[in-house]
Amino acid sequence: MNLLATMIPIALVYATPIVIAALGGLFSERSGIVNIALEGIMMVGAFSAAAVTVALEPSPLAGWLGVLVAVVAGVTFSALHAFASIHLRADQVVSGTALNILAGGLTVYLCQIFFDQQRTGAFATGLAKVSIPGLAAIPALGAVLFRNVYPTTYLALGLVVITWFVVYRMPLGLRLLACGEHPQAAASAGIDVLGMRYLGVLVSGGLAGLAGAAMVLTQDIQYTVGSVHGTGFIALACLIFGKWNPFGALGAGLFFGLSQALAIYAKDIPFLQAIPQDFFHLLPYALTVVALVVFSGKSVGPRAAGEPYDPGRR
Amino acid sequence: MNRRPAALVPVIAILSGFALGALVVIVTGRSTGDMFRAMLQGATGVNLGAGTFNPRYLGEFLVQTMPIVLTGLAVGFAFRTGLFNIGAEGQLIAGSMAAIAVGLGVRAPAGVHVALVLLAAMAAGGLWGAIPGVLKARFNVHEVVVSIMLNYVALHLNNWAIVEIFHSVDRIKTPVIPASALLRSDLLGGLTNGSRLGWGLLPVALSLAAYWFLIERTTFGFRLRAVGFNKESARYAGMKVERSIVAAMAISGAFAGLAGAVITVGTFSFGRALPAHEGYGFDGIAVALVGGNGALGIGLSGLLFGLLKAAQPLMQSQGIPKEIASIIQAAIVLFIAMKLGIEHLLARGRAGAAPSPRPAPGGEADG
Repeated sequence: MNLLATMIPIALVYATPIVIAALGGLFSERSGIVNIALEGIMMVGAFSAAAVTVALEPSPLAGWLGVLVAVVAGVTFSALHAFASIHLRADQVVSGTALNILAGGLTVYLCQIFFDQQRTGAFATGLAKVSIPGLAAIPALGAVLFRNVYPTTYLALGLVVITWFVVYRMPLGLRLLACGEHPQAAASAGIDVLGMRYLGVLVSGGLAGLAGAAMVLTQDIQYTVGSVHGTGFIALACLIFGKWNPFGALGAGLFFGLSQALAIYAKDIPFLQAIPQDFFHLLPYALTVVALVVFSGKSVGPRAAGEPYDPGRR
Repeated sequence: MNRRPAALVPVIAILSGFALGALVVIVTGRSTGDMFRAMLQGATGVNLGAGTFNPRYLGEFLVQTMPIVLTGLAVGFAFRTGLFNIGAEGQLIAGSMAAIAVGLGVRAPAGVHVALVLLAAMAAGGLWGAIPGVLKARFNVHEVVVSIMLNYVALHLNNWAIVEIFHSVDRIKTPVIPASALLRSDLLGGLTNGSRLGWGLLPVALSLAAYWFLIERTTFGFRLRAVGFNKESARYAGMKVERSIVAAMAISGAFAGLAGAVITVGTFSFGRALPAHEGYGFDGIAVALVGGNGALGIGLSGLLFGLLKAAQPLMQSQGIPKEIASIIQAAIVLFIAMKLGIEHLLARGRAGAAPSPRPAPGGEADG
């Protein structure tokens, strides 16, 4: 029980960037654009956040300005994917792959220009943990959920609710959904399909940038090329696992967070001690494959995702 | 689209990619002269500054080229059959593990042992590649996400096996693999002033020939392509669609698996734990796209990207961050992706509003 109480906060730290990036993927895919560049956009966000934080510390706002710059950088970087795949009708997986390669190269290149090494400088605090007065005093629950928690975790939860409201309860969101399901029908109803798809990809870029910032500023001391290590791809899997629904993505993200925390604590759990640590490292990826198979057949994803918009088709 | 030379788009994309790379170098206050001199030295062994020639660079240039030609063939084979194999990285690791297992665990005469190693690596890569193929054929799960996940599974499986199965003492390297299983060549190494170049050249050349023959000259290859081009009409024509998808992914994976052996028993002589993916899979995507998915094109674009990789340490020593190579590579891929879209628009403009089938990424090669 004690172990669980220490594991849950760690799991929340891991789950936070996964959930935020998965929400980003949701906006993009719901508009009809597959975004496997989430990984690369997170790298750009993480680099920007770390570099700005290092430059501005010890100002107490350093971390938050880093987050802000990461969001802007994410939007800018994703504009490349938007332009290539919406205007020039590039294959969306190829364009996303190009962005992933570019992110790895560009961030480390800039590290060497600004910091003369393969990584950014180290920051002192990054983002500080907070405790919610009052709630933190609740026995058991308070210590786990409301004491010493990174504010980005609450931000992620808030974004889940906001995403749900925007996508399912606002006209804007319903238009977005229409573009991902049947763009020709959406266009005949007067919706600007290309515009909505731009919006979807750019919002996804902002959220993935934010996810990268949340990741590096809470789990790392500096940005390196390994800082994001596949989290963007896991987020993409969470989106599918969570059936393209914000609450589903939250559930899947928490599940992945917990399985990563398990890798750290397995040595303290008697019946898991014998299992090598590498097994826990590969567990989330293997589970994703299993989950994909289990949920196969029920095609719940946006129907037009991945296809360039062709106004002449019926 | 029909009467334009097939190499036009890749050449424009390559030039634009290098131009963008040069721009990044200039904006960040480094010297493009240094960059291009480093590339020249990487490609030819000629050092313009010192006026010297060292054939060792030529050898290392080929060492960098060999595995990415193979992953390029892997990705290209999948593209030609309508599949996106983003999992060449994992298939390569699976091949490397099999190479270590046969290299360390089997005793056989020199020529036989190395052949067994290569076959085992191809089989392992093929099996690892068949997994997303089966899942796609049987459960209609998209091969891209499954392959990405399997890349990470292979990475951690490798790191576990290096220590637990192959008894690495320092947790980084396995014991040295016996010489009978290695692709070492004193002749080629000697010719290139002690580079790591070895007999890996032979399986790579054979693979290029096999790829061309299989894809362009056999009914089997034709069937795989037909399924990739239009599943439903292939099914109507009596082809076994599901079996074709699995076979295409397995063959694709076998090329990548062979790359793993070429690295492990060619470039190195021991298995290695990997802190992260080394990028051979992404390199393969770039190679296949630029090469237009044809054997000749993949060979040539493999040389181009092999050169970029070989020039990396030289550029770094000139004060230019070696990641400029990834930036140029990414830019070339992005330009190729955009070019496809532009061509598509042009073709549509000419053909009126008639809906045209979407080509596989990189399109079909001419011959």
